[in-house]
Amino acid sequence: MGTRDCGHICGESSPGMGEAGKTGDWRTSRPVIDEERCTPARNHKPACFLCWLYCPEAVISKTIPVRIDMEYCKGCGICSQVCPTHAIAMVEEADSLKDR
Amino acid sequence: MAKRRKTREAAGEMLDGNRSAAVGAKLSRVQVIAAYPITPQTPVTEALSEFVERGELPAQYVNVESEHSALAVCSSASLVGARTFTATSSHGLAYMHEMLHWVAGTRLPVVLACVNRAIGAPWSVLNDQQDSISQRDTGWIQVYAWNNQEILDSVIQAYKIAEATCLPVMVCYDGYVLSHTEMPVDVPPQDAVDRFLPPYKPHTTIEAGNPKNYNLVTLANPRLNADGVLCHGYMEIRYLLQEALEQSTETIAAVGREFGKSFGRSYAGLLWEDGMEDADIAMVAMGSLAMEANVAADSLRKGGIKAGVVGLRIFRPFPKRDLVRVLRGCRLAVVFDKSVSYGNEGAVGNEIKAALYGIDTRVAVRDFIVGLGGRDVKARELADAVKKALASVEGGALSQEKADWICEI
Repeated sequence: MGTRDCGHICGESSPGMGEAGKTGDWRTSRPVIDEERCTPARNHKPACFLCWLYCPEAVISKTIPVRIDMEYCKGCGICSQVCPTHAIAMVEEADSLKDR
Repeated sequence: MAKRRKTREAAGEMLDGNRSAAVGAKLSRVQVIAAYPITPQTPVTEALSEFVERGELPAQYVNVESEHSALAVCSSASLVGARTFTATSSHGLAYMHEMLHWVAGTRLPVVLACVNRAIGAPWSVLNDQQDSISQRDTGWIQVYAWNNQEILDSVIQAYKIAEATCLPVMVCYDGYVLSHTEMPVDVPPQDAVDRFLPPYKPHTTIEAGNPKNYNLVTLANPRLNADGVLCHGYMEIRYLLQEALEQSTETIAAVGREFGKSFGRSYAGLLWEDGMEDADIAMVAMGSLAMEANVAADSLRKGGIKAGVVGLRIFRPFPKRDLVRVLRGCRLAVVFDKSVSYGNEGAVGNEIKAALYGIDTRVAVRDFIVGLGGRDVKARELADAVKKALASVEGGALSQEKADWICEI
């Protein structure tokens, strides 16, 4: 069975989780959240969420505490840049593996 | 196989080639037009903007800053369901090159009128076919008209072919020789065209409730999408483009036949033939040059040389099967090319030789490069070329390494 069955005649997709594949393995460094500093985690209130707002991959949850889907996070570091309390550190993947 | 008609039965309007293309687009009820003026195509843009301005054509005419943008506008408009038209020439077509690939790869039925003009360097605004021939590998169907009636008829047919095959179509016609020369053209009534050409139904959809991503980054290998469906890799999508071009010969012929039933002018063949029933020698050309070849063939016949004319109406898909059928019984095919694949030979000559490879025939092929940059091509020169080719065939060689140039170097 070939790919003809997909019925497409050009490059085509619908928006959906993982449409571009598991992009988490593109990452060279990973965001690590310090919940002592993260505003919603520290105050137990739904506030700030700038990381959720700015994440270009929509992999950050608007929850308390904030969660990042590492299957798809490409490690771009935008969340770390926009965090007003510097709660998100970008840690080299190699180093984060060492710690485990 | 359609036979070239030497006379017209119905008196029509006097139209030049550019007006014929614009009227063809109007009759096809195009909805979005984006074009950038360039000599000798400019009157096409003027006529269409006039139709829109006067309210005769309910279309959007989008002014753009370049040909690249013109085709980008047509591409987007086509993607969301509009019937689109653009026209250009020479450097403008070269500037569209990237978008030509995008439109074909997205399988959008855009129709483009290419008013054939030489390309620099050096500067020339006059006619040859190097511009469109240089775009032969972009995945567009290419039609070459031999007179103004055929320009108008081909634009209307182009939409029907394009929308049936999901392939873009380039309708090419010679700059000045046709674009600025008036001929009687039968303009079909709008209601008859409406019956022939139903409204465009796109294969693509972009709607608020059903968002889609077209032309996403496509990896080399097939891959499961988010729904678990195995989708094409890059190569499978390109295979489908090639397959569509190959299969389009049937659609082109069927649409041409249907056009004949509706309007009395049949385009059932990918070639035009004249005097080929008993011909020893075929003179092969594309566009208005085939007309000149007709005159040369008549004079050769008077001198006892049984010459006929084969005009390529369609260059992409290349009509291999038809050419083999019509040429295999001849002693000699003399090909006249208004373009060169630099470092090799004329495009038509080269491809005809390839089409004949492995076929059980002894037809010799001679290729002449003529009429570049508007150089006048006289019937006498074509006849002389045939005589020269005949003399070289006496030596027994089926093919020659190089094309002959008819110029004064």
